Amino acid sequence: MNIHEYQAKEIFRKAGIPIPPGEVATSAAEAEAIARKFGGTVVVKAQVHAGGRGKAGGVKLAKTPQEARDVAEKILGLTIKDLPVKKVLVTPAADIETEAYVGVIVDRASKRAVFMVSPAGGIDIEQVAAETPEKLMRYPVDPRYGLMPFEAMELGFFLYDDVKKARAAAKIMQQLYSAFVSSGGSLAEINPLVTTPAGDVVALDAKMVIDDNELDRYPAIAALRDESSEDPSEVDARNANLTFIKLDGNVGCVVNGAGLAMATMDLVKYYGGDPANFLDIGGSSNPEKVVNALRIITSDPNVKAILFNIFGGITRTDDVANGIVTATKQNPLKVPIVIRLTGTNEEIALKILKDNGFSAMTDMDEAVKKAVSLATGAAA
Amino acid sequence: MSIFIDNDTRLIVQGITGRDGSFHTRQMIEYGTQVVGGVTPGKGGQKFDEKVPIFNTVHDAVKETGANATVIYVPPMFAADAMMEAADAGIPFIVCITEGVPVLDMTKVYPFVKEKGARLLGPNCPGLISPGKSKVGIIPGRICTPGNIGLVSRSGTLTYEVVFQMTRAGMGQTTCVGIGGDPINGTNFIDCLAAFEADPDTESVVMIGEIGGTDEQDAARFVNEKMTKPVVGFIAGQTAPPGRRMGHAGAIISGSAGTAAEKMEAFEENGIGVAKRPIDVVQLLRNN
Repeated sequence: MNIHEYQAKEIFRKAGIPIPPGEVATSAAEAEAIARKFGGTVVVKAQVHAGGRGKAGGVKLAKTPQEARDVAEKILGLTIKDLPVKKVLVTPAADIETEAYVGVIVDRASKRAVFMVSPAGGIDIEQVAAETPEKLMRYPVDPRYGLMPFEAMELGFFLYDDVKKARAAAKIMQQLYSAFVSSGGSLAEINPLVTTPAGDVVALDAKMVIDDNELDRYPAIAALRDESSEDPSEVDARNANLTFIKLDGNVGCVVNGAGLAMATMDLVKYYGGDPANFLDIGGSSNPEKVVNALRIITSDPNVKAILFNIFGGITRTDDVANGIVTATKQNPLKVPIVIRLTGTNEEIALKILKDNGFSAMTDMDEAVKKAVSLATGAAA
Repeated sequence: MSIFIDNDTRLIVQGITGRDGSFHTRQMIEYGTQVVGGVTPGKGGQKFDEKVPIFNTVHDAVKETGANATVIYVPPMFAADAMMEAADAGIPFIVCITEGVPVLDMTKVYPFVKEKGARLLGPNCPGLISPGKSKVGIIPGRICTPGNIGLVSRSGTLTYEVVFQMTRAGMGQTTCVGIGGDPINGTNFIDCLAAFEADPDTESVVMIGEIGGTDEQDAARFVNEKMTKPVVGFIAGQTAPPGRRMGHAGAIISGSAGTAAEKMEAFEENGIGVAKRPIDVVQLLRNN
């Protein structure tokens, strides 16, 4: 789960990390009032789950409250990477001397949380990794001990020669690690971590991604989810316990299992079609899931044909068949449907479908070919 | 022969009285797996289906039954503890079916299990089956048939698809292993490939990967350098949009974006036949 910068900053602040004040506005007038309260120059930053906000025009300086109003107006009208900006963070502009990068992420290769730090912060960290890898330090953390003080100091000295600044950075990294672990994070990032002319080390930005599997453990974190900043169909699918990713094609796919779902999309492409989505109904069989899946898929006007590909293991294919029958009775389909199912209770499922006027196939390739030809035929 | 499990596997089920645990325990017994006990705290002393003894702890179960393998069906928040309890009780082979285990939990489980000398398969995996001998997990028995091909996969239902096509084409299996799709898991491709290489009955191997990480690339190099048996492969996610599941910071560490194209190229470079479609696996095996 993605959370906003202002939410991540709140978590980091609670962990003790020094972060300048800031307030969230949902309108230009609010942004103006906040800027007036802070006085002086402020930064107005789009709160949206997308990287590259600066390049997209989502981060602007404003010297006066009136200017804050104007830039907030513009930013609140932006769409960044398909996501509309609904909130802005208004924060006093800081005097920056140097910019560094600090991040912690779970790494599959070392099977640990790994710190990444670089004295070349403020810019795209992928660029640093590619062009000047010597400026990026990776440091795996032993989960039994956490980030120990001497380890944090080693990272601090990689960023700053000055011992006072290195100590301040080390403390921030230990605080970041504890915020990361105690929130169930899969990524926590400060970019940039800055030094000011007064010698302070301060986090100017904050980013956190939470492991979805941890949300049951941390209700307060789960409550941070901002559904207004996500794709509505993906929100709908999540609430129905489906894994759904919207794509641009016209063959709507309903599959059980992520690997088979991906292989099905690949096969749609192989036979010259384009998948409209990734949708995994998961392992447990429940007709309600199929009803929800069909509702979500048919709400996409691009979908010209629907393809079911179910290999029943835990999933009982008769449950899927019942779901299809129920869903199409509630909302008759306007596009053709191709159903492939095989596995657990296949005979019952095929009979249910036949009795309700559906035909079903048992071969994956044949089903995909048929769905593609129906979709392209309809599109032509 | 087979890998990891065979006729001598003595299995306990952690979470035997739960919805999934009880259903699949019956399926495993029906397939012929020796299920010697189960664990559900608070139900020690009772019997499952009037025949399988239930214990409060894994230590008790091991002491009484001499179990040498366990399969875990407990809810995600308790799965990490269940894996560590099994390793602590000295069980050498641990299979965790549970989906949704927090990845930070796995950063603790992995070194713990390793120090105890146990092999962990999963989490978030379908388990494994040595057709005609034993099955541990949820792979449907009727889609498999005994033979001399080993199969290892990161996926569940896609594995069923490929195994079923193989079975229909008369190509039986020594063992089919699902290693699971989580970022941190106990057993990887290389572990399984090495076991198949050492298994005298396995003549060739099918490897089914998917996008994300670099396990397949590492495995491809292993095949080239260490294996004498032919390997064919398939990668799911050739058309997946980049960056939806895996953050860019992850890609920085591994130095790879983990795309299907990258993995298929690694397969080809290392002499692994690449199937364009799942069904093509059958033809590639025929060509061996």
